[in-house]
Amino acid sequence: MTTAVGTTPVSTPQPPAPAPRKGGGKAWATRAPLLPALVFLIVVTQLPFVATLVISLFDWNSLNPDKRSFNGLGNYASVFTDAALRDSVVTTVLLTAGVVIATVVLGLALALLLDRTFFGRGMVRTLLITPFLLVPVSAALLWKHALYNPEYGLFNGALSWIGDLFGDTSPSQPDWIADMPLLAVIAALVWQWTPFMMLILLAGLQSRPAEVIEAARLDGASAWQTFRYLTLPHLRRYLELGVLLGAVYIVQNFDAVFTLTAGGLGTANLPYTIYQTFYQAHEYGLASAAGVVVVIGTIIIATFALRVVSSLFSEEANRA
Amino acid sequence: MTATTAPASSPAVPRAARRAKRRSTALGLLAWAAGLAFCLPALWMFLTSLHAESDAATNPPSLFAPLTLDGYRAFFGADTGVTPWPPLLNSLGASFFSTLLVLLLALPAAYALSIRRVRKWTDVLFFFLSTKMLPVVAGLLPIYLFAKNTGMLDNIWLLVLLYTSMNLPIAVWMLQSFLADVPVSVIEAAQVDGARLPTVLARVVAPMAAPGIAATALICFIFSWNELLFARVLTGVVAQTAPVFLTGFVTSQGLFLAQLCAASVVVSLPVLAAGYAAQDKLVQGLSLGAVK
Repeated sequence: MTTAVGTTPVSTPQPPAPAPRKGGGKAWATRAPLLPALVFLIVVTQLPFVATLVISLFDWNSLNPDKRSFNGLGNYASVFTDAALRDSVVTTVLLTAGVVIATVVLGLALALLLDRTFFGRGMVRTLLITPFLLVPVSAALLWKHALYNPEYGLFNGALSWIGDLFGDTSPSQPDWIADMPLLAVIAALVWQWTPFMMLILLAGLQSRPAEVIEAARLDGASAWQTFRYLTLPHLRRYLELGVLLGAVYIVQNFDAVFTLTAGGLGTANLPYTIYQTFYQAHEYGLASAAGVVVVIGTIIIATFALRVVSSLFSEEANRA
Repeated sequence: MTATTAPASSPAVPRAARRAKRRSTALGLLAWAAGLAFCLPALWMFLTSLHAESDAATNPPSLFAPLTLDGYRAFFGADTGVTPWPPLLNSLGASFFSTLLVLLLALPAAYALSIRRVRKWTDVLFFFLSTKMLPVVAGLLPIYLFAKNTGMLDNIWLLVLLYTSMNLPIAVWMLQSFLADVPVSVIEAAQVDGARLPTVLARVVAPMAAPGIAATALICFIFSWNELLFARVLTGVVAQTAPVFLTGFVTSQGLFLAQLCAASVVVSLPVLAAGYAAQDKLVQGLSLGAVK
């Protein structure tokens, strides 16, 4: 299944292979170093997925192993009619879209700020990537207990401070996770993933041809005009790459949902629901069908992502 | 971008230059403010980890409470005797050995995709990449069943294999782009002298691409260390990793915020160290080599 994704976008002009076929033995000698990695990857990542496909066609609950039976596409019908699973599809879309859009906007703003010379630029970059370098579970725990906690979290603490400053004796103290569960998860993920977008977009900004920008400036183009007509078109593919890779990573997110809300309060996304269906409810067939659905969704996003990577890749190859 | 290079011929220009300079300073300050704001939660975590439990959980927050290492002592089991060392060592082992295995598999593969290229090498590269897009959760159940039936559950070597497959595509892509910079003539010279491929890789290619290989290793290490889903499902008491230990750590009763922050700091330290070390190559790894 993934093989199909892999081969479609590659329409790049192939540079002549440096090792043309000079008899079979030679070709195999060239291939040999590649094989261990390739075989390992196929066995560990593709075989389990084939097994998932097979299991998804069975009615199989491990608590009731004798009743295992072939069920055809029945599990798929359940995936689309089961309210919890359907909700988790919606949650996944909202979560992914929310995080990706917010991180791209923030990441672009930060990348533009960093794409200049100023005192301590390296230090600011280091500060900015720190959220991304916390273990995801640590970051989620930090948000849940040290920031969101309604009694002693930093957010409500800051509200008390500000209230105090203005003589407000009973400042509002929201219970962040209970009042806005999905937003709470999104905010924590945005904080962790903005550095990722910033780094990609900063790399894009720094690959801009300096002469063109300089020429535009000498021709009297305003900063906005330069940004709108030169920078943004150049950044387009970096933006696409950021959006698609971000989407692929966030669709699969498990750590934040698991740690912040344990899937409660309508925040269970597909990976979490699948985990629950198989690990707690022991519905192996249903969990597998849901897994196949996630894979199909991811393949749709991934096909676009691979196309973008492939166009950037061929550009790099041509430049080299 | 700064206007300092503008010729100061007319009186209007210095004023414009001054304005541009002021604007540049303001933007620099804004960048600093943004950087500090982003880092603030992490700094807060670090500060809280150094407070006593009674000072950590106050509203409004006690910024200037006396500092203490009690949180760290508690995390390392001073009161309960529950030591976090086994999960930390499990994480270290799983991350280290999977990174090693990744490099052993990826280096020859990258050689065949960048120096002595196989035919259709771009197709092969994209196949590697496409496996990374396959959601982990889709293969989880068969892997769990396999592990259960072969007695591999709760065994860090299973995690080593899974983390290797998780990081192999990233490593192949990154190493491929680093090895492409190694001059072919050097390699050919070694081969004329009769060196075989493992020798060429170890003696010629690896030293020349060392910074790239190091960055690749650090990024694979980070991803393995961070992983939660596989570790949560496939390990129990014996092979539990640090992130799994952290998630179970929360259920403690009473005041635990300083301890929790200390735990989060300790578990994140290796990633922070590796990440800062690989800072310049981080984008390349995260974008799977697409951005240099």
